[in-house]
Amino acid sequence: MFPMLKRLIQIALLPLLATLSGCNLVVMSPSGDIARQQADLIIVSTVLMLLIIVPVVFLTLYFAWHYRHANTTAKYDPEWHHSTRLEVVIWAAPLAIIVALGAITWISTHRLDPYRPLDRLDAERPVPAETRPLTVQVVALDWKWLFFYPEYGIATVNEMAAPVDRPITFEITSSSVMNSFYIPALAGQIYAMPGMQTKLHAVINKEGEFEGLSANYSGAGFSHMRFKFHGYTAEGFDGWIAKVKQQGTALNRDAYLKLEKPSEREPIRYFAAADKDLYSAILNMCAEPGKMCMNEMMHIDMMGGAGTESHENRAKLQYDNRRIGDAEGTNAATFPATGTPAKSDEQPHNEQGHGNHSMPDTNNGDADPAPAQINN
Amino acid sequence: MFSNPDILKFIFGRLSFESLPFHEPILIVTFAAVCLGGIGVVGLMTYFKLWGPFWRDWVCSVDHKKIGIMYIVLAIIMLFRGFADAIMMRVQQAIAFNGNEGYLNSHHYDQIFTAHGVIMIFFVAMPFVTGFMNYIVPLQIGARDVSFPFLNNFSFWMTTAGAIIIMISLFIGEFARTGWLAYPPLSGADYSPGVGVDYYIWGLQVAGVGTTLSGINLIATIVKMRAPGMSFMKMPIFTWTALCTNILIVASFPILTATLVLLSLDRYVGTNFFTNDLGGNPMMYVNLIWIWGHPEVYILILPVFGIFSEIVATFSGKRLFGYASMVYATCVIMILSYLVWLHHFFTMGSGASVNAFFGITTMIISIPTGAKMFNWLFTMYRGRIRYDVPMLWTVGFMVTFAIGGMTGVMLAVPPADFVLHNSLFLIAHFHNVIIGGVLFGLLAGVNYWFPKAFGFKLNQFWGKVSFWFWFVGFYFAFMPLYVLGLMGVTRRVSQFEDPSLQIWFIIAACGAGMIAIGIASFIIQIGVSVWKRDELRDETGDPWHGRTLEWSTSSPPPDYNFAFTPVVHDHDSWYDMKNRGYARPLQGFKPIHMPKNTGTGAILSGISVALAFGLIWYMWWLAALSFIAIIVVSIVHTFNYNRDYYIPADDVVAEENKRTELLARQV
Repeated sequence: MFPMLKRLIQIALLPLLATLSGCNLVVMSPSGDIARQQADLIIVSTVLMLLIIVPVVFLTLYFAWHYRHANTTAKYDPEWHHSTRLEVVIWAAPLAIIVALGAITWISTHRLDPYRPLDRLDAERPVPAETRPLTVQVVALDWKWLFFYPEYGIATVNEMAAPVDRPITFEITSSSVMNSFYIPALAGQIYAMPGMQTKLHAVINKEGEFEGLSANYSGAGFSHMRFKFHGYTAEGFDGWIAKVKQQGTALNRDAYLKLEKPSEREPIRYFAAADKDLYSAILNMCAEPGKMCMNEMMHIDMMGGAGTESHENRAKLQYDNRRIGDAEGTNAATFPATGTPAKSDEQPHNEQGHGNHSMPDTNNGDADPAPAQINN
Repeated sequence: MFSNPDILKFIFGRLSFESLPFHEPILIVTFAAVCLGGIGVVGLMTYFKLWGPFWRDWVCSVDHKKIGIMYIVLAIIMLFRGFADAIMMRVQQAIAFNGNEGYLNSHHYDQIFTAHGVIMIFFVAMPFVTGFMNYIVPLQIGARDVSFPFLNNFSFWMTTAGAIIIMISLFIGEFARTGWLAYPPLSGADYSPGVGVDYYIWGLQVAGVGTTLSGINLIATIVKMRAPGMSFMKMPIFTWTALCTNILIVASFPILTATLVLLSLDRYVGTNFFTNDLGGNPMMYVNLIWIWGHPEVYILILPVFGIFSEIVATFSGKRLFGYASMVYATCVIMILSYLVWLHHFFTMGSGASVNAFFGITTMIISIPTGAKMFNWLFTMYRGRIRYDVPMLWTVGFMVTFAIGGMTGVMLAVPPADFVLHNSLFLIAHFHNVIIGGVLFGLLAGVNYWFPKAFGFKLNQFWGKVSFWFWFVGFYFAFMPLYVLGLMGVTRRVSQFEDPSLQIWFIIAACGAGMIAIGIASFIIQIGVSVWKRDELRDETGDPWHGRTLEWSTSSPPPDYNFAFTPVVHDHDSWYDMKNRGYARPLQGFKPIHMPKNTGTGAILSGISVALAFGLIWYMWWLAALSFIAIIVVSIVHTFNYNRDYYIPADDVVAEENKRTELLARQV
């Protein structure tokens, strides 16, 4: 950001850094460009504030010492309580700092918005024109992480990897409660929330093994909700993909529903072939057979709603209670691994022949009874 | 719920033998200790026949001074519980390395960090602050009590009822395992089906009634009951901060109440405000709870700013620098505190402009706060500073709070927050401002106003020991957490894998140990002071050469505070009166109209505990019965016409003559 300033600070902070050298301050010395810029911002804002904090602390201690009761040589003026000039200074000084910091905040918040695709690999290199970002779909489960690589058709648990200097696009959701997806060496965190998708763009600039974790408390197994993030060379990454494909099993809905059940200290797992639509089904809370996808319901609502008929969808939309009826709820061995196209008008779950779900109406026609003016 | 015909189920709801934590040795020992202690206290009170006076003079008291003292006693008792939780967490984190799971399983640990947060905020900091406002505000404005004395008593006992409900969860059932703000969906019925979250909800709801009513009461008091001549711009600064705080309370606690009502509807009757499915949205809860939660932070810190302002002026022997700008700064903070809530969740996926807006509003708060800092600084400038214990705390605060404020602004920069959010850096930051700000201020306040409340000063030596252990212990306990935060360690983790972290946790645990000594010294300080009270006696009522009206009356003040309502000409009224050669009136006393004590507040609070207990355990008969009882008792209370009395003029004369004699002895 301010290279001169940065250099100065690094020199100034040297003694402090020396004492801290025994530990790995990953937040301050990360390996990804986004986290690097965030660390720089911490330093810049600290220095800006030290401009006022240092004088204040110094003056506090000096006044506290100089005007002590025993020092009768110090000037004592019990009625002195106002000075317009001083008042202007004490309001203007913090104001000036905040104006500077506010400007930096506005700019950096937009530049480092996690939703914004990257335009540089690091300070020197812009993203080459032909680069396609690597998409990773992340699902926070109780209490492990599931990663989909749609480009390669694979999925992994508690381990992920990315090639160095290739932008990564994370699409993040959760299966049950809120978590926060955080790889300190790579980039800042973002919440993983059920039924919702957040995004993060980042790039790793160095090879290595880094820690990833959930930063938002999510229940009993939270402490062990950690994973390894590997930064590989392009070849190394291909090797890793090959390894996953070779060692992995299939991840269909059955396997997912078993995986989704709460468990702690889950070992690393590889899935050579992951259902293409599984991520979208998880996001829409309809991985379980017989459930209606949330985006379908939202589509119906957007078309004007289904009126009283939508009451019949209620059970199909209930999601949070799935673990209460665990015993019978998951014996869906016959459920075929058909995907649910995200925006499909079809309702494949209705074909499952669950007696209690065999309502005569299908959702295809639900848009029809909507009032005409909303359809426009 | 009545579908089960089992009569036991009807009577006990979901309460069963298994609800009692026999499997937790730590809790068994704690329970035994609490029982022994309880039996001891009950025995002593019976032996000395203290029950009658305790009920009549304290429980039923509507005197703002006694209620203020009881608030602070409640806060100190709950501080022990909250601190015990803290030290257990520190020990767990210091040893849970290299596959060692520590001595707390996650079920227990998760309850502890939730309880620690809830107790420290709601049942230590809040009652402490409210206690001071109760005790000091009427004295500072020259009033004889608050506007609604019975309401005050009721508020206190509702706060206590909330604390009791939280304490019951320690031994019957469990407490929430959700973190202190109980974010859904984790706190929803499906992911937290037990009683823990229900204890949380009803504990806060019951206490919230007390907090809200006490806020209304104090606003009315400050607006309507100031002594003649005391215009708003002549009010003592502590009263100003109390006014702003209570406006914040009245405007923000209803949001908490409503939010928790929505959460309980989700949990009890199956609505879907904050669920994942059926159109609910947990993000709404997070927004709502922080729309309350951020003003809450300022509810705690503003009165403490007031305490420091009083102390720094008094001990510098000088008028507060920039009184007007102090008042404006307080009001600006009060308003801005409503415009920053989103900074608690920049990482929840808001757009860049939204995040930047809330980041910048947050930084703007540091401008008036900085101005306050400078005002204290220039109050010391050209002063003659006496380093009694309250002033030590003040200087300690100014240094510590400056650091905490700085890390706070760092967290307000959204991209920086993305790497610091939920990390131990954040934990270090808010302890830096809540301990280094709120708690230092409250302990300064105790040392400052104790002689007013009890007529003797606190022991200096133990006060200084307490200060230094707190002060140094704080740095040892929380500076390592800043470092750990920068190492990417997040909060609420009970076991660690990276062995290089351990040394920092051990340092932090040592710091917590020092703070424990600080707390112990504080208790010893009070004990020693009571023991040597005759040496520490202050008969002037003005031991620190005070500047505000509370120092113009005797210590402890008589029931009626002021025999004659003082007339105010300037701020720092008492200093002004002393300078103008004020002579205490010695005759012409009249009977004084006073409110009468009543037990209704305590009774209502007791029934509220039963109501909450019934709701928590699904004992619907108990809940229904107590609800009806609350209505009945409230209605019956409205027929109590015997609610005031006159202190006869003779008694006033006797009381005032005693003070005249004491004052005469001084010269």
